[in-house]
Amino acid sequence: MPAHLSARLCALALSLLLIAFALPAFAGPFEDGVAKFANDDFSDTEEAIGVVASSGNKLAFPIISALQDGRLMADPDSKKVYVTGTDGKSIDAATGEAVASVPDSASAVRLNNRLRRSVDAALGSLTLQSPDVGTRLQAAQSVFKSHEETALEAVDAALAKETNRSVKAALGDARAAILLFKSDATEVEKLEAVATLKARGDQEAMALLTGMGDQPASVTKAAASAISSIQSSLAVWSGVQNAWYGLSLGSVLLLAAIGLAITFGVMGVINMAHGEMVMIGAYTTFVVQEVIRTRYPALFDYSLLIAVPLAFLVAGAIGVLIERSIIRFLYGRPLETLLATWGLSLVLQQAVRTMFGPTNREVGNPSWMSGAFELGQITITYNRLWILVFTLAVFAILLAMLRYTALGLEMRAVTQNRRMAASMGIATSRVDALTFGLGSGIAGIAGVALSQIDNVSPNLGQSYIIDSFMVVVFGGVGNLWGTLVGAFTLGIANKFLEPVAGAVLGKIAILVLIILFIQKRPRGLFALKGRAVEA
Amino acid sequence: MTPHMLTRSLDRSATIFLAVVAACGILIPLSNLLLPAGSFLQVPTYLVALWGKYVCYAILALAIDLIWGYCGILSLGHGAFFALGGYAMGMYLMRQIGSRGVYGNPVLPDFMVFLNYSKLPWYWYGFDMFWFAALMVLVVPGLLAFCFGWLAFRSRVTGVYLSIITQAMTYALLLAFFRNDFGFGGNNGLTDFKDILGFNVQAEGTRAALFALSCLALILGFLICRSIVSSKLGKVLIAVRDAESRTRFLGYRVESYKLFVFTVSACMAGVAGALYVPQVGIINPSEFAPGNSIEAVIWVAVGGRGTLVGAALGAIVVNYAKTFFTSGVLAPYWLFMLGALFILVTLLLPKGIVGTFNAWWDSLKEKRAAASVSAAAEDGVTQPKMAE
Repeated sequence: MPAHLSARLCALALSLLLIAFALPAFAGPFEDGVAKFANDDFSDTEEAIGVVASSGNKLAFPIISALQDGRLMADPDSKKVYVTGTDGKSIDAATGEAVASVPDSASAVRLNNRLRRSVDAALGSLTLQSPDVGTRLQAAQSVFKSHEETALEAVDAALAKETNRSVKAALGDARAAILLFKSDATEVEKLEAVATLKARGDQEAMALLTGMGDQPASVTKAAASAISSIQSSLAVWSGVQNAWYGLSLGSVLLLAAIGLAITFGVMGVINMAHGEMVMIGAYTTFVVQEVIRTRYPALFDYSLLIAVPLAFLVAGAIGVLIERSIIRFLYGRPLETLLATWGLSLVLQQAVRTMFGPTNREVGNPSWMSGAFELGQITITYNRLWILVFTLAVFAILLAMLRYTALGLEMRAVTQNRRMAASMGIATSRVDALTFGLGSGIAGIAGVALSQIDNVSPNLGQSYIIDSFMVVVFGGVGNLWGTLVGAFTLGIANKFLEPVAGAVLGKIAILVLIILFIQKRPRGLFALKGRAVEA
Repeated sequence: MTPHMLTRSLDRSATIFLAVVAACGILIPLSNLLLPAGSFLQVPTYLVALWGKYVCYAILALAIDLIWGYCGILSLGHGAFFALGGYAMGMYLMRQIGSRGVYGNPVLPDFMVFLNYSKLPWYWYGFDMFWFAALMVLVVPGLLAFCFGWLAFRSRVTGVYLSIITQAMTYALLLAFFRNDFGFGGNNGLTDFKDILGFNVQAEGTRAALFALSCLALILGFLICRSIVSSKLGKVLIAVRDAESRTRFLGYRVESYKLFVFTVSACMAGVAGALYVPQVGIINPSEFAPGNSIEAVIWVAVGGRGTLVGAALGAIVVNYAKTFFTSGVLAPYWLFMLGALFILVTLLLPKGIVGTFNAWWDSLKEKRAAASVSAAAEDGVTQPKMAE
């Protein structure tokens, strides 16, 4: 060996040593572990997960989460492992250096169900001490779900340091779940675990308790009592859930019926085309969104705010037009009005079908209306919540309008005694036109809201018309409070009957109950008091 | 029904109507069966079935006119009685299929085998006998109408309220019959009928006979309605229509009158449905759709409410128009036309075709009478003024 060559080797060795000192992790257990991902062998992968998770390396979290999402790529030839980020950029898993591209021979590291559990557990313990509260909470919840024994130490460690209350509770739950399934945990520990899960009291806790397998007798007994207590608390929550669904359905019914209540209450006109006013409102929303999508995409979140006044104006204008051209000739002939407006509803439906096609049109949810949040054990979606708020706001505005404006005063006067009102100088025909326009306009607004939860099709109005009538008839004519009470009563009753009788039978039962109710109180819950004799 | 009552109840338009229906009921089946196919005067079988359908609709329209035109009860749920009668007949026809169904079960209809029924539900018992099914065609709609009417009329539910709850009734039945576990074939309904009283339902002879029977039922229904409305009972009904409270104050039990006529009307609608089903070959829950019932009301309005003849005529005219327009290039515009018909008839022709014609005829007669009176006055001879 020539001397210069050996000198060169020495230099190389020295420089390697230097590099090794500069990067103390280089070629350590972590890198060996990472390299094992490339073996494409499940037991090697499991070992690798263990090594990486316990290494304390800052790359551990990105690697394991990439593994979970199928973004961890391994090249079996070079034994190199890469993490492909969600943004498409890749790094070398062992060093963390960015690489230009992952070689074609690399493929995603495969997982089986057993490994997925290890991954979940590893991720859970890895993030238990993250500085971000949300991440810690998620980690604790994921440990709770996986309840891997290996995570116990990490949980205990995290529990000792944790200061946030909700994270601490989640960690406690996770610890209980682990202990419950840990074969060598003491009976006392297990009893404590059962008590903790009982306090948690949700579906998942119940699933853990029912699926815990062989346990000492005292634990089984405690678990049984915990299960029954959880069941009863869940029953309460499902009642709350039904009540919420009922409120939500009630708000939809109220929104659809409120305009009908005005036209029927003030004018005694049954407007069968009311549902089509709702449909027109929904299509107005569709058109507004189309224009925004093509011209001003940035305004999309405001589309509904723009659509509400527009829908009111469009539907209201059509309403005034209908009143002036058809309905005013039919006053005093309610049955004929019913037929004529039914014909009108056919025409409007077919017109919309011709203009927009018979299929459903897509109306999007703005960002502030999508998503949901949890309240106790129930999930509340934002669109339902906003519709409830919106409905109540519309109701309040309408009530205030009837109470405090000149038009409201005139409308009430005409409702109570048309001829007397006319004698006092109220232009009843003008009030009629405006009332009908108002009722139709409110139906249009209802359409904006309903476009968020229902299909926007020419048949949209048809599906609400019978229900709206039921609400008005049930609540009593000429009284908005009756409509409010009627809508929420029917909504809640419907949702409480649904789990017992099924959706269709529940609806049938409601219809039958209303038919029977009408026998008892032919003028509805809140009948107008007065001396008016039926015609 | 005494002969005297019968003659009194028949005016000129009623006589013409009965003669036309009887002639159709005899001549159309004969022409279909006896004349060679393709001959100019031969009525093809498909037209016999189609017109048979119109005749059934005319019976339904008569039933509606009886309560709406003469008693002021606007039922938006008469399609329910029609469909119930149809289902009763359909159940008989299903039981007649026997082991000829796809699954070959001698007792259970195909859909029950398909839905894993082990035995026939109790409410299907007896429908293998025609007399029982025929009885049920009257009893089921009649009983429903009686119970419904008893509840509604007793508590004085009137006007649009009654219309709305009848609509709710048919809507509830629609939902119920759509359910598979309700035992009436779910949304497919009852179909694939083979024979009726031993005759093949598809055969020309059976169709011709069914057509003749439908015409006979129309004539009978008309006579029944006519004798009701021209009797003293009918006068009370008209009084109820025009001034319900006043009639009550005069001492009539308004609800009993209403209940009677409502039940009769429902039975008639049931018969119409029962004749309709073998001719169209299917009955399914869409017959309960509230829209159908409202459409039936507009037939009456077009023909002229409170004229009976007009109701039957309206049913035939509107349905002929429907067939004509929905089969051609104008199909997308049919709903526009139907909608416009609803609006225009209520606005411009509140008496309907027959009512308007009658009014015009009467005014013509009055003018002629007035002219003859004035002519007589010029002659210096006083004449007694003509009644009516």
